[in-house]
Amino acid sequence: MQAGLRFEQLTNEEKHQHFMERINRGEKIEADDWMPDDYRTSLIRLISMHGISEIMGALPEKEWVPKAPSLHRKLAIMAKVQDEMGHGQLLLRVAEDLMAPLGNTREDIMQDLFSGKLKFHNVFHMEAPTWGDAGMIAWLVDGAAIISQSMMLDSSYGPYARALKRICAEEVFHAQHGESIILALAEGTPEQRELLQDALNRWWTSLIMFFGPKSAKETGNSNADRNIMYKIRTKTNEELRQEFFTKYIPRIWALGLTIPDETIHFDEETQLWIYQDVDWSEFKQIVSGNGPRSQDRLDLRRRSYDNNGWVREALAAQKAI
Amino acid sequence: MNKAMNEQEQSALIELIYQLGDDDFILAYRGSEWLGLAPHIEEDVAFSSISQDMMGHATMYYHLLEELGEGDADGLAHLRKPGAFRNAILLEKVNGSGTYLEKPDYDWAFTVVRNYFYAVHKQIRLESLRLSTYEPLGDAARKIMTEQYYHLMHWELWFKQLVTSTDVAKKRMLSAVGKVWKDFGGVLTLGPSYSEMVKAGFIEDENLLKKRWLNRIDRIFEETGVPPQGEPLIESGNGRKGEHTQDLADALATLSEVYATNPASGW
Repeated sequence: MQAGLRFEQLTNEEKHQHFMERINRGEKIEADDWMPDDYRTSLIRLISMHGISEIMGALPEKEWVPKAPSLHRKLAIMAKVQDEMGHGQLLLRVAEDLMAPLGNTREDIMQDLFSGKLKFHNVFHMEAPTWGDAGMIAWLVDGAAIISQSMMLDSSYGPYARALKRICAEEVFHAQHGESIILALAEGTPEQRELLQDALNRWWTSLIMFFGPKSAKETGNSNADRNIMYKIRTKTNEELRQEFFTKYIPRIWALGLTIPDETIHFDEETQLWIYQDVDWSEFKQIVSGNGPRSQDRLDLRRRSYDNNGWVREALAAQKAI
Repeated sequence: MNKAMNEQEQSALIELIYQLGDDDFILAYRGSEWLGLAPHIEEDVAFSSISQDMMGHATMYYHLLEELGEGDADGLAHLRKPGAFRNAILLEKVNGSGTYLEKPDYDWAFTVVRNYFYAVHKQIRLESLRLSTYEPLGDAARKIMTEQYYHLMHWELWFKQLVTSTDVAKKRMLSAVGKVWKDFGGVLTLGPSYSEMVKAGFIEDENLLKKRWLNRIDRIFEETGVPPQGEPLIESGNGRKGEHTQDLADALATLSEVYATNPASGW
């Protein structure tokens, strides 16, 4: 109690210093703890974007839920998409707690999504025209997500770290589900292999983009740097991308697939993968809502939000009684 | 198998299991179309879990049919013509206008009422099947009931909450009750070979099951102030006889789109 009183009397600078000491000691910050404003806003940006990406990410796969080509695959993809929705919900709850002191709610998150202010992952703006894409999303997009999320398992923000622990455990199953679809296609007919190669060609650029640009040079902002300073994340975008290459390029080759980048190779000297960089202005366009399916998918959510307005009102009226 | 069945009994049993499997299969599909479109995110999570369970129930029934020599389960789900399906027509009807991919103007009131009424019936039907003389069916029913309990609770809560809330909600729900009532008779019937099913002890008399359903629904109507609706009808046709609408044909085309390109191949 007394310690609490004393803390209240500190200047903001002293509080900030105390806060940095805590996270440098590896302590976890909890929702009710004092935190610098830019720590809070960084977390809100990161976690609401992550949460809404899970939810928007359900839409491309949803396209394939009814069409999944066997009962077993139907059940597996239903389970997977349900997990993603669950992750979205879990993360939005974490974001909501952070937003509460600012007077913001889930409604603000949804409105920001609809207005384009809140962005979601580049991969979920893309088309998924065949069953091969459903496999590719589960295998490589989820594989990429595991790599970028695993580095935050030790995030300085406790509630996020705990949510990620559960999410990562489930993502491993998703990647296995994806790998199983991919293997079935790779071992299948020439048409099935073609389906697979086409899907890889379609997704490669998006997968490179998934991890974000190498440095602030390409984006003009330094969110990643600040997040590293605050120990929200521990690795740079490029480090994560290299990890992804190391894990998946050998597997892609082992399946006899061709990566649509003739220059890609591992450089023994630098111990890095050399690859064709992508056009980051295109990335900006995509995440700004100008990707091939951005507006269609947003429209689905807007439409359902409008159609169900009466349901939300009815529930609110019940709560008021 | 408990004892040797004669041909007539076996065909009645197969007929019954098609009804059970197809009811769950098609309604699970209608549920999966809602994914990402439910009234809120928590409901998306819950509803997709229910749809997934129901697809699992359908799969269990198709495996029973496989054991009875009807062909493999995937083929049963993906390759039959609409006329071979035995689900009730009410369950195949679209969720609203548009498709799940384009301009879905789905009706949540219709979805709640259809699912709730069906969940009540499914519960009653499972309680009867639990004692089926065909043991594999009794085993399946007992397994399914452990999940069904939660589905019923879920839809009952939605039904009560919406039908007793705002005027708009009440109006929409009552109109959905009227719509569902016109075809719920199609869910309650066991079709042309029902007397053989009952005689062999696979399931109880359909009139008995119907009475139990009406009793339970009447109680809920009374509790929530919904006026009595009389006898449930079979207006759009009898799915148990293989009569179906274009809605089923369209749904099956989507469900089998990939599988049908090469049924022989592994997927």
